[in-house]
Amino acid sequence: MRKTYVDLHLRPNLKDPEQVARMMRKASELGYRLTAVSLPSNFREEKIQQLRNICEEAKVDFASRVDLRPQTSKELINSLRKLRRRFEIISVICESKRVSRQAAKDRRVDLLNFPSTSFRRRFFDKAEAELASKSLASFEIDMQPLLILEGSIRIRLLSSLIREVAIAQAFHIPIVVSSGATSELLMRKPRELAALASLFDLDKNSAVEAVSRNPLAIIKRNREKLGSNFVAPGIRIIRRGKDC
Amino acid sequence: MALKIDSDETFSSGELIDAVWNAVLKLYGEYGASRSGLTLINYDAEKGLAIIRTFNTTVEPIQAALASITKIRDKPAAIHVLTISGTIRTLRKKIKQ
Repeated sequence: MRKTYVDLHLRPNLKDPEQVARMMRKASELGYRLTAVSLPSNFREEKIQQLRNICEEAKVDFASRVDLRPQTSKELINSLRKLRRRFEIISVICESKRVSRQAAKDRRVDLLNFPSTSFRRRFFDKAEAELASKSLASFEIDMQPLLILEGSIRIRLLSSLIREVAIAQAFHIPIVVSSGATSELLMRKPRELAALASLFDLDKNSAVEAVSRNPLAIIKRNREKLGSNFVAPGIRIIRRGKDC
Repeated sequence: MALKIDSDETFSSGELIDAVWNAVLKLYGEYGASRSGLTLINYDAEKGLAIIRTFNTTVEPIQAALASITKIRDKPAAIHVLTISGTIRTLRKKIKQ
């Protein structure tokens, strides 16, 4: 069966609908069937619908995503309460240890993302992985920094990623590889992202899953939860009416 | 490997292969680059299509190096792998399809 490739992190300039459309067309051309665009938390529903239409024209499925950058764990909990039912994907960019620990154990968080160039603020260690392994969070790696950084800073990033990927695999935490692209020329084919993932010791099969099965599983799970028939995990309404 | 060069600019074959060698050198060093057997076979600057040859043991590292290219001659560009094949004849057939 043909794989469904997913890029969960596109970051077009939302004020430029033409660029959004170009990126969606590019995603389709590169072989993606589903893309998620990072949106501000106050993004209006009509505008999300406009994005859906753009994606439909480009023949790519669209998922709404919000990137949270909370300063405290309380702020994270409040944001999750407000936003969980509005967005299909919630990613937390963990900039402090407390926030990263809270994000790792909260089942409403889908993706754990860490700042690419602040190496002291990459808190994905064994303790973090232990917490994440008991929740639903996946570890997300954006490829754009790997493409644009050079020299010692890229070496340090690769070194951190090698360590973190090994930890994620040891604790069976799903890894999601996304482009994190801000322009069309920084988008790569799914197989190219998988090839780049070999730089941080992700084997070929795991790398392909990181751009297909793992992100798709998050979307499927959340769409089911956000659907009107969802009651609780494993329980859904199959028929409505007086004779039920 | 058949490649598509994605850019608003056109580049000479020298500029293209320089960009590829630089990417390989940056990621794998001179030792790694020396083991890749990288050669430019054919390049159509107008269409932005190229064929390169590499050892089958280094296909994945070369693919990673190609994906890491963001600029050619300091102009924004990307290189996408169209198809990979064991022989150049089959590769040409695949491109035509």
